[in-house]
Amino acid sequence: MLNLNKTQSTDGIEVVQNKMRRKLALTDTAFLLTITITLFVAIYALSIVFLGDKGFNKIQMFFNLFNENAALMVIACGLSIVMITGSIDISVGGSTALICTSCIVCLNNYGFNFTTSLMLALAIGIVFGAFQGFLIAYLEMQPFIVTLAGMFLGRGLVALIEVNQIQVSNPGFEKMSGARILIPFLGDYNKRGKFIQSKLEYGVIVALLIVCIVYWVLKKTKIGRSFYAVGGNAQSALMLGINVKRTKFYAHLLCGLLAGIGGFLYLFHTRSGSVQQATGLEMDAIAASIIGGTLLTGGVGNIFGTLFGVLASGIVLLVVTAIGSQDPWWSQITRAGMLCFFIVLQSVICSRKKK
Amino acid sequence: MSKNNNKQNTDRQASLLKACTRHRLFIPIAFLAFLLLINVFINPGFLSISLGKDSGGNPVLIGNLINIINNATELVILAIGMTLVTASSRGQDISVGATVAIVGGVIMRVLCGSETQPTQLHASIIVALLLGCLAGVACGAFNGILVSKFNIQPMVATLILFTAGRSIGSMAMGGLKPKAPSSFGYYGNFFPGFPIPTPIIITIIVVAITYLILKKTNLGLYTKAVGINDKSSSLNGLNPTLIKFLTFVILGLCVGIAGFVQASRVQTVNPYTIVPSIEMDVILAVALGGNSLGGGKFNMVGSIIGAYTIQTLTSMLTTLNVNTNAVPVFKAVIIIVLVAIQTPIVKSFFSNKVKISKLTASDGKERV
Repeated sequence: MLNLNKTQSTDGIEVVQNKMRRKLALTDTAFLLTITITLFVAIYALSIVFLGDKGFNKIQMFFNLFNENAALMVIACGLSIVMITGSIDISVGGSTALICTSCIVCLNNYGFNFTTSLMLALAIGIVFGAFQGFLIAYLEMQPFIVTLAGMFLGRGLVALIEVNQIQVSNPGFEKMSGARILIPFLGDYNKRGKFIQSKLEYGVIVALLIVCIVYWVLKKTKIGRSFYAVGGNAQSALMLGINVKRTKFYAHLLCGLLAGIGGFLYLFHTRSGSVQQATGLEMDAIAASIIGGTLLTGGVGNIFGTLFGVLASGIVLLVVTAIGSQDPWWSQITRAGMLCFFIVLQSVICSRKKK
Repeated sequence: MSKNNNKQNTDRQASLLKACTRHRLFIPIAFLAFLLLINVFINPGFLSISLGKDSGGNPVLIGNLINIINNATELVILAIGMTLVTASSRGQDISVGATVAIVGGVIMRVLCGSETQPTQLHASIIVALLLGCLAGVACGAFNGILVSKFNIQPMVATLILFTAGRSIGSMAMGGLKPKAPSSFGYYGNFFPGFPIPTPIIITIIVVAITYLILKKTNLGLYTKAVGINDKSSSLNGLNPTLIKFLTFVILGLCVGIAGFVQASRVQTVNPYTIVPSIEMDVILAVALGGNSLGGGKFNMVGSIIGAYTIQTLTSMLTTLNVNTNAVPVFKAVIIIVLVAIQTPIVKSFFSNKVKISKLTASDGKERV
């Protein structure tokens, strides 16, 4: 880092050019981030006004948004890292299903407790990440094919372990996952006029903590900066002396680790497991990253954007279910429509930038 | 003298073997033969085909091979389209399963209206087929515009329909699960009095049309050119955008036909479970056929053989009582191994190793 600064200060023109370039990149990210935050705030405000009677005027609704999406936040962080590096991972849904089912089987039948099941979840995530990272980085296989296979592998293994839907029946674990944080001074009045404090799950705290850590890693550490460099232009990153293959490998490893944590949070929240569990989770995570301003081409992205992407898609889903609860298909179609809108928007911005 | 002759013979045999193993179709054919051998080993009567009678008393062909060829119909048709898409756009369409659900939903809606148990068809089957193909082409065009016009990676672009497709299919049927009259089932099973399953005939027709198109038009050449280098192909007067778009539309048409056959098999469609994870099978068939998943040159015969291989594998796993949900595990492992073998790094690693081992072997001979 020091060396870089020195060369910049000696060459005045380059400094200006770099600044301009950074400003340009920043405006694009900032633009997408602004759209996302505006979208989130606007939808929330509108739903409070028009759908207040369906629970949107309660403060608990706001906290539920976090409670429901804690796992997705962590997994989306992992996907943002991979996408910033210019790769992709669609196996996270499959690995989440695998983590849930295997942890439940171990908790119920083999006397695992909270810590050992967490270890198991992390191990599964890391194995997935490391294996896929090796194939993608060192064997130069297409990320999409590798992780598509990983997705089917994860779900198939679930079926090998347990075909039916299973529930956690471990008293210690259930007690821990049932615990809630009571928010002081915030809450709603129920129908009888009694004050009920808002509740927040412990998983949300973990998720928000991880979002902050990932933000720090991406902004301040060497490996985090090399993720951006490799995603922006792998060739010039190589010229700068960055080990491109190792960086890609680390990105997938980190994504796998975060998928492990996210999968455990998912289990902590749902306490059940099945073959069809978390279907489309990878899609949600990718959508959240894209909505939050991470470019599919790599090199550009912001973790707080991803956080708001998760919240925005979460609130859209809540609104859709509140409006058209009769038809089960609208939620998926709305998600896909939102994804489509943001993908096209990105592509338009990118092509305009090139010109 | 005789020793020398022998040596020449063995050399010639070795080079012939090498030529065989180097051939693009070697892996798919060898794998298919291997699978068939295992099947014969498990069940000695595997290859036998007999003429039996169905419940209506009509003559039908019965046999495992017939079943495999019959069930592979959708896979073969989709693999043809997918090969073109892979070659031109250097990516795959992962939404084929979901678009089959859309096509199935549209066809059921056209045939049954809003009744759950109609006694007669609401529209003629040709109309249903055409509308189904139209739905498929529309989905293909949507994907094609995203990929060719907006320059989005194919797999990300098709992720949109991959997510929404099955829900759209459910919406097209209005949330009902209608069952069409049995006369619609002729196209997915047997025409009364005709012993060969109709899907096999449909496959033959589609393959023949594909052969004619590839033989008589420049589509194949243009697709390869765009896939190898779209900039240089546009300098040579081709329009890469149009050709990429066209390959996606062709895949959409294939999806339409496959969806029609699939809907006709049981005359009912459940959009959420119809052709589960077929996108994986199709991509696997294309990869198995010796096509590079990175685009460029393609080998249509390889893809078709690959599709039959996959179907053989699936039916073998089913005979071995593997849970249907667990079948993807084996396929995932195979796809990883196959794609890993194709990567330049592994290839060069192996060829270096062969060279080194040859060198050391010849060294050893000389020393002796």
